[in-house]
Amino acid sequence: MTQPQLRVVAGGAAAARLAAARPFIRLDGVAKTYKTADGPVESVKPVTFDIREGEFLAIVGPSGCGKSTLLKMVAGLLPATAGEISIDGRRVAGPHEGVGIVFQSPVLLAWRTVFDNVMLQIEMRKLARAEYAQRAMDLIEMTGLAGFEKKYPWQLSGGMQQRASICRALVHDPRILLMDEPFGALDAMTREKMNLELQRIWHTTGKTVLFITHSIPEAVFLADRVLVMSERPGSIAAIYDVNIPRPRSLRMMGDAAFVDLTQTIRGHFYAQGTLDH
Amino acid sequence: MSLLRKILLNPAMRPIWLIVVLLVLWDLAIRLFKIPPYLIPAPQKVVEALQNEWPRLVKESTVTTWATLGGFGLSILFGIPMALLIAYSRTVESFVYPLLVFSQSVPKIAIAPLFVVWFGFGIIPKVIAAFLLGFFPIVVSTVMGFKSVEPEMIDLARSMKASRLQTFMRISLPHAMPAIFSGLKVSVTLAVVGAVVGEFVGSNSGIGYVLQIANGNFDLPLMFAALVVLSMIGVVLFVAIDLLERVMIPWHASQRGDVHATP
Ligand SMILES: Nc1ncnc2c1ncn2[C@@H]1O[C@H](COP(=O)(O)OP(=O)(O)OP(=O)(O)O)[C@@H](O)[C@H]1O
Ligand SMILES: [Mg+2]
Repeated sequence: MTQPQLRVVAGGAAAARLAAARPFIRLDGVAKTYKTADGPVESVKPVTFDIREGEFLAIVGPSGCGKSTLLKMVAGLLPATAGEISIDGRRVAGPHEGVGIVFQSPVLLAWRTVFDNVMLQIEMRKLARAEYAQRAMDLIEMTGLAGFEKKYPWQLSGGMQQRASICRALVHDPRILLMDEPFGALDAMTREKMNLELQRIWHTTGKTVLFITHSIPEAVFLADRVLVMSERPGSIAAIYDVNIPRPRSLRMMGDAAFVDLTQTIRGHFYAQGTLDH
Repeated sequence: MSLLRKILLNPAMRPIWLIVVLLVLWDLAIRLFKIPPYLIPAPQKVVEALQNEWPRLVKESTVTTWATLGGFGLSILFGIPMALLIAYSRTVESFVYPLLVFSQSVPKIAIAPLFVVWFGFGIIPKVIAAFLLGFFPIVVSTVMGFKSVEPEMIDLARSMKASRLQTFMRISLPHAMPAIFSGLKVSVTLAVVGAVVGEFVGSNSGIGYVLQIANGNFDLPLMFAALVVLSMIGVVLFVAIDLLERVMIPWHASQRGDVHATP
């Protein structure tokens, strides 16, 4: 497999690196109340937390607790009703440079091939097509879509579509990757493969990742920290450090440290009387 | 032999088979129930009329076709921008849409004579009648097409810092294409009806005029022949749009043929 040339951050032990890293994305008292025809719907209670530069932060929480809402606010797609979000010291007032988003559904354009869907990112941002075409092909190959670049979305399985949307989120080499349950539609085996792949991409590129998932093991496997959200209206129930050495392998999912942490997190949902899935 | 078989069994031949069956039934019904020729002519009489009057029918149908195309062209020219205004502006929508629906319930045949009074016996009253019938379906489906763009698509475009023009050209417009085309197909067949309505009320040319004359003379075979030609105009125009659709939006589900997408 060819490796796309991605920005590489100087290595070092993950924990040490993170401890030294500065807060990169800051949320301060961020809340969201939707105005609907039937009156206001409180979706996210005021939350305050940081994501450090190069950190992989996973958010788990029951369905409807406001995870997607939170992500859209960080992306600058949705205004917060209260509080402030800043990225790299700059207040978020709208969509900003250097962010790639993987939405909950693939959102591919039916009239574009896989390759052209990936390149949409480049066209919209008015970047040089020729410069990024090879990178797009490399990403397509890396995500196992080689040979499908000229196919249309409807000729792909759901999992393949979602992989194409991951390529689209990465093609312009953003510093921040926002992922909203990107692997929710994948079968268990592809999902594990994608987890390994994502870990590798994150490790080699040092991107800051906000990753939303339903799956507690997936969160623990990938993340530096796991943020647990309570039921709607969402608030932070707990934040856990994941002190499992990297690179992590699938076998480590059987280790005591891994199992303990997943059980502790799962406890939150049992305690609340809900278990997502 | 096998080539002939292939042609005869081709799915494209199926409507023709149906027509043949209907013709046979028509003929049988006339013989069986002894329907007199001044009520319904026999198929072969219609065919004879078609043969005898062919040059005239062709000449008159060109007139009708031009009027249809004129009205249809105007429908596109005014309908699509109007639909854009309605789709993108709540204010325009609330002012214009109810009025448009209201205007649609006015029977065109009742006001068509007015156009003759205003514009004389030329092509203009027919074009206007064709336009009035063809306009509405284009507006309705185009509005639907633009309004059905999923909010997630717009979020995606915004996350890429796309300008409004880029979002329109690369996402909204292609997304609306299938709906626009279905509007065009309905519109073009209605435009034919509109043109004929225009010819009915005041004209000295066109298939509508032939129909009127044949009706007056109780020349039923000619009348049926004119109807056949008229439907042929409709079919040809419809097929032309259908072909254009295949070329312009080959990606759309209705154009995928036997290929099925995996879930
Ligand atoms: N556009 C909207 N208008 C009104 N209410 C909304 C809107 N979007 C979301 N909500 C409400 O906000 C709450 C949180 O929604 P959100 O989509 O953020 O949940 P989620 O945690 O991502 O759920 P899931 O895991 O099922 O994707 C939901 O209860 C929903 O009813
Ligand atoms: Mg969600």
